[in-house]
Amino acid sequence: MTAPVLAAPPATTPVSAPTAPPAVRRRSRGASVALHATLVLACVVALFPIVWVVLSSFKPGVWVNSSDLSLVKEPTLANYRYVLTQTRFPTWMLNSVMVAAATTVIGVILAATTGYALSRFNFPGRRSLLLVFLVTQMFPVAVLIVPIYVIMARLGLINTLASLVLAYLTIAVPFCAWMLKGFFDTVPTSLDEAAGMDGCGPFTTFWRVILPLARPGIAVTAFFNFLTAWGEVAYASAFIQTSNRFTLAYGMQQFVPRYNPQWEYLTASAVLVTIPAAVVFFFAQRHLVSGLTAGATKG
Amino acid sequence: MRRFFSKHWYAWAMVAPVVVVLAVLILYPLGRGIYLSFTNTTEANQLSEICTKSITGTQSCEPNPDAAHFVGLDNYLHVLGGQVGEFWPWLAITLIWTVACVVFHYGLGLGLAVLLHRPMRLRNVYRVLLILPWAVPSFVSAFAWRFMFNEQFGLFNGVLKGLGLSPVAWFDNQWTALLTAVVTNVWLGVPFMMVSLLGGLQTIPSELYEAATIDGATPWQRFTNVTLPGLRPVSMTVVLLGTIWTFNMFSVIYLVTGGQPAGQTEILVTGAYRAAFEGIRNYALSATYGVLILSILLVFSVFYRRLLRRQGEVW
Repeated sequence: MTAPVLAAPPATTPVSAPTAPPAVRRRSRGASVALHATLVLACVVALFPIVWVVLSSFKPGVWVNSSDLSLVKEPTLANYRYVLTQTRFPTWMLNSVMVAAATTVIGVILAATTGYALSRFNFPGRRSLLLVFLVTQMFPVAVLIVPIYVIMARLGLINTLASLVLAYLTIAVPFCAWMLKGFFDTVPTSLDEAAGMDGCGPFTTFWRVILPLARPGIAVTAFFNFLTAWGEVAYASAFIQTSNRFTLAYGMQQFVPRYNPQWEYLTASAVLVTIPAAVVFFFAQRHLVSGLTAGATKG
Repeated sequence: MRRFFSKHWYAWAMVAPVVVVLAVLILYPLGRGIYLSFTNTTEANQLSEICTKSITGTQSCEPNPDAAHFVGLDNYLHVLGGQVGEFWPWLAITLIWTVACVVFHYGLGLGLAVLLHRPMRLRNVYRVLLILPWAVPSFVSAFAWRFMFNEQFGLFNGVLKGLGLSPVAWFDNQWTALLTAVVTNVWLGVPFMMVSLLGGLQTIPSELYEAATIDGATPWQRFTNVTLPGLRPVSMTVVLLGTIWTFNMFSVIYLVTGGQPAGQTEILVTGAYRAAFEGIRNYALSATYGVLILSILLVFSVFYRRLLRRQGEVW
């Protein structure tokens, strides 16, 4: 019963109580300074673009579109007000939320059932399915986009959000199923057998016993599905034709045409777009290390 | 037969939805794409019949005299021979792009993972902050970096001017434009590598390090003889996936450089996309590129796996 707990990273413990493995070697003061300096530098590089965009979003347009480099300059909410009231940004946001939510929910369910079947049952076709999942990662958008467009047109799905959900599932599910298979491999099969003894069928076992234990893997899968749907551009620009159906990724491109880009509105909308992704990230991040690794090593 | 079915039905039931979706939306389009690459289909000639509505409302259809038809290997000959598009320059750019990105992804990801694996103060804070770029949707990051590389009021040129240097027109030169895309993509991709490798480090038993230390191994020797071999299973997977993903990375190139200047930073995927969706949509041509990309990646992964197997990995 303890296996999934062991699989969780030690990092899930709160910051105030760092886990100190017994094998801690004392570090010289110089090495310590170098270590922290390197990590601080890396964090600055990682955060800087985000911070710069956030700061710019509070500047008036004249100062965003100038070579002025002060961090804060006449802070204002005008950009946000414009984006939220004068553009179709709220509609696009709603579209993106619907597409991302549908992709995440359906994607997690599909990836979990598939990953479980691949992990537990030695059914005919298992090996080839695993291989197909790897190969699907190689298909360039370019070779698929036209035929998928034609299929969507036949199904009458062009210019609908459903077409995007379907397309995003094809991107996210193979990788997620592969990853979850690796994660389920770390959950001992004795649990399945015990549940079987207690009279659970395979579906009940999966739903009641295994799925709750696979939370880290599920969290990573959900995160991956969400981000795929939230940030995709190619399919969105191909399938969606009217501006009331745009997703954020595609709609925001309207702020930066080749000539006369409106960076001030772009920065404000970029911040608004990132907030939901950051919330999802916050819930998923503690599981990322353990969830991904099980998939990568056992895949 | 019935026993065979009753033994496996639930496994099949669990994978069936995915198989159906993949068959309809990946395998069929793939087959269709391969077929298209042997025809001359474009937006203009894709219909096999031309239907006209008469005033009375009846519809009369007749065969399209210019309908798309089978052209054999012509597309491949034109693409590889350089008559259509710029396959070889794009391939060169794609290879430079892929190698540069994957080397930096893996190198920086590994370095940061090793640093983060040590017990120290604020470890979790560093970890969350370093993974954060992953949470930013890639199109937002692409815009952010394009904004910072902007020629007139971007941050980098502002700093250069502040230092008394002349500003650089990043997107007017092939190599600086490619550099902006590589920087953006490295920034985007390092967190995934770092998280995967960090997880891999946690699977290496600490006894191995203790034994190595007792045997008098230097830190560098511990790294090359314990850490790297211990990371092999993870490394193999992430390098293979990273290569495939970078090779096909559409959005960063499309949004950051947009192929500027004059298509010189186009990679194969964006080139194929432009063939299909800009100007007269040339579906056959884009499918040809797609098949070529897929073939390159398949050949690569076969060689990659063979190389690993020769080194004694069972995978």
